[in-house]
Amino acid sequence: MMGYIWGGMIVIAFLFGFLTGDIESVAQSALDGAKNAVDMSMGLLGMMCFWSGLLEIAKQAGLTEKLAVCIRPLTKLLFPKLKADSPAVTAMVMNMTANFLGLSNAATPLGLAAMAELDKINPQKGRASDEMCIFVVINTASITLIPTTVITLRAATGSADPFGIIVPVWICSILALTVGVTAAKLLAGKTRRRL
Amino acid sequence: MILKYISVIILPAVFMLIIIYGWTKKVDIFSAFLIGAKDGLKTLFGILPALVGLIAAITMFRTSGALQFITGLLSPITKLMGIPAEIMPLALLRPVSGSGSLALVNDILTTAGPDSMVGRIASVIMGSTETTFYTLAVYYGSVNIRHSRHTVPAALLADVTGIIAGTFICLLFYH
Repeated sequence: MMGYIWGGMIVIAFLFGFLTGDIESVAQSALDGAKNAVDMSMGLLGMMCFWSGLLEIAKQAGLTEKLAVCIRPLTKLLFPKLKADSPAVTAMVMNMTANFLGLSNAATPLGLAAMAELDKINPQKGRASDEMCIFVVINTASITLIPTTVITLRAATGSADPFGIIVPVWICSILALTVGVTAAKLLAGKTRRRL
Repeated sequence: MILKYISVIILPAVFMLIIIYGWTKKVDIFSAFLIGAKDGLKTLFGILPALVGLIAAITMFRTSGALQFITGLLSPITKLMGIPAEIMPLALLRPVSGSGSLALVNDILTTAGPDSMVGRIASVIMGSTETTFYTLAVYYGSVNIRHSRHTVPAALLADVTGIIAGTFICLLFYH
């Protein structure tokens, strides 16, 4: 998929450059773009390291487990059919906590562990269960406490107010998550197959 | 006013909280920090090749006039939804590619400016949405789910909400 999008952009850019007769600036922009990518990455590097370092402290101190306790009550609402102390719920809670803290490296393995647990109790193998649908939707619309990458990118491009977007991001992700989960709940009945 | 204060205070507050919490749990905080920082380094260098390829392609695409052509074609739809035309390519790419949309946000922030309305909207959308199809593929692929039922419509509805809400929240916050 990405191969088509990426290749398509380059081919179309070339054709447009050919049609407008300014192929030279298209060629030049490839060099500029490649250089800009490195500049941008260097701009992100410091904050990325700093934040990942702090998150490692949080992880070693057990902050993830602590926050997981706060998320637990939500799981009763989201997954009424599952027991609160089942391995599936425990793995899902840990995954959501890791996402919330921005620990994306830790969130994926925890999420996959949760999927494996959900699959064990899935009555129709190969078909997503209601719980799987909701869990995957939560992961595609997850809430992050501090959107570090965007903040750093804003600072690197000369923003006078790089942090200003934090509260709008929270509001926006909560809305998206609410809509996604509600849709998953409502649509579940329509796509359920009677056994 | 109070929102601005929250935005500014949250980062140092979280830093302090993590460090103090680490102390109370007797974590060797500096060596933990170094381990994590090294991970951050690896993550960034891991996506660097993708960023070079994508940013080069996006820059070519914009310079050639093709991006303007496409945003022009899409402008009736974006007008209908009330979102700026420059946001539409981001909305289309966001669910498909994480590094691709990051490259596009970088392009918007450098051309329009991070504090312009479009720059702010792009930042909020980038911060509040995920790479939906990648997550779907990895999560369902790991347990051999072939029939994802209503997951795609629900997840895409969440993305559309994020994009429209991001636009309106910015228009409301920073007019």
